[in-house]
Amino acid sequence: MNKLIPLSEAVSQFVHDGDSIYAAGFTHLIPFAAGHEIIRQGRRNLTLARATPDLIYDQMVAAGCARKVIFSYMGNPGVGSLRIVRTEMEAGRLEWEEYSHFGMISRLQAGAAGLPFMPMNQTGATDLEHANPLIKRVTDPYSGREVIVVPALNPDVAIVHVQRADKDGNAHLWGIVGEQKEVAFASKHVLLTAEEIVDEKVIRSDPNRTLIPGFIVSAVCHVPGAAHPSYAQGYYDRDNEFYLNWDKISENPETVKNYLDEWVFSVKDRDEYWQKLGSVTHNRLRVKARYSEKINYGSY
Amino acid sequence: MTNLTSAELMIVNAARMLQDGDVVFVGVGQPNLACNLAKRTHAPNLVMIYEAGVIGAEPARLPLSIGDPTLVSGALSVVSMYDIFTNYLQRGNVDVGFLGGAQIDKYGNINATFIGTDYAHPKVRLPGSGGAQEIAAWANRCYIMTPHQKRRFPEKVDFVTSAGTLGGKDGREKAGLRGKGPIGVITDIGILEPDPTGELVLTALHPGKSTEEAINNTGWALKVAAQLRTTAPITEKELGILHNELDPTGIYLKNNG
Repeated sequence: MNKLIPLSEAVSQFVHDGDSIYAAGFTHLIPFAAGHEIIRQGRRNLTLARATPDLIYDQMVAAGCARKVIFSYMGNPGVGSLRIVRTEMEAGRLEWEEYSHFGMISRLQAGAAGLPFMPMNQTGATDLEHANPLIKRVTDPYSGREVIVVPALNPDVAIVHVQRADKDGNAHLWGIVGEQKEVAFASKHVLLTAEEIVDEKVIRSDPNRTLIPGFIVSAVCHVPGAAHPSYAQGYYDRDNEFYLNWDKISENPETVKNYLDEWVFSVKDRDEYWQKLGSVTHNRLRVKARYSEKINYGSY
Repeated sequence: MTNLTSAELMIVNAARMLQDGDVVFVGVGQPNLACNLAKRTHAPNLVMIYEAGVIGAEPARLPLSIGDPTLVSGALSVVSMYDIFTNYLQRGNVDVGFLGGAQIDKYGNINATFIGTDYAHPKVRLPGSGGAQEIAAWANRCYIMTPHQKRRFPEKVDFVTSAGTLGGKDGREKAGLRGKGPIGVITDIGILEPDPTGELVLTALHPGKSTEEAINNTGWALKVAAQLRTTAPITEKELGILHNELDPTGIYLKNNG
């Protein structure tokens, strides 16, 4: 079934005020284009879940889209503090729910597997368990020992950016694939953006690389460059310079507002954003090819 | 050797703790440099793994984040985060974890969550656990790298993000933890290690550093081991690899924490 639609239409159709959203991607393939589209469309009261809120949620919180964040590491990766989310939390203006990475990922795994919760071994660090009443203990019926459990996370919408997909939403991802598969299976709707839309036969040529099958996907959007300032392995590099710049931009509400005005509200879509980045940035982010060896699936 | 920076002292001494063949859960920054230095000196078979899911990374450039694409290209394997925290870490396939945080207390508990007295109303909100809670619990050995400052070494942390010695070997065993926990804290003054009760005591000083310096920069009454060692001087070879090969622009070497 052809699910290929423009990103603006996908956001308008599948992302509603008050929804819980999980924009997937551990450092890699973070779907910034969809985040910006949600900001442009003025969504409010969202619950934003991500292991690492990253700049995408810092920007969405700055734009007033969020009521709450669910996270396990709230920093600007490799740089330092995630200033806007942090300030809003310290000021008591933003609700939060916190886990360790493993707790967060276990919630997704339970959600993806259709289980009510997921057990984890004890860590000896119990303060987070006391701070977050959703982290509980149950007795292992086999050994009698206590294990830690976290509830399934089933977001309303998963937003996943991939290197390539066909128009039905069968998706190939490679490089760091932190939690995209789990998020996709855990969520009620999957909104996919892709660097490339390819023929189904490209997908079928390498079925082990298909982490997300089309039949769980609600919308497919062709959005090259959608991950910037994050990256797409083999397509373009992470814009570390921007991650460092954001540390300065986000120091001051005025510069944040100017950034959002210039790079989100004043551009129509990701194509315009990518053109606006300009050739110096394009060249800086360009990557030299490094191919894998071919494998033989055999013809049967 | 004089005029060594804090970063140089900590990175080189952390590198020396690593053994050939160790599977190491690496963080970015100084731990990454320590692992790469060990790999290029005494531990060529060291395997670097990252919480982003990368196994056996051989970064061609200095990664800014633990999700850098240079970690992927040429790696042995890339797996999901669920796999890395279960099959690799929880199952017991990780030898060494590196930890850090805003506060480290007398028993090696680490706070990376918030400063203040009320979790719901943090005075200073920090990033939180990330992978630290489980790495501290389940890696066979953990090392902490931190500049030796009083504010970083309180008697008791404001929040236990990751567990320390829990009163020594028995405490961790009773809590069902498989790893030994923090067995070495490498600072720019020396090295702290847990005594049999789990309390961190000064066991080594870097050349030219004094016990007074260590005591004055620790927030609890720091005990000094009967057999106080002096760490081996840092060699020109070690410094050469760090400055010429690993961090030529000094991003992490300049950083004194």
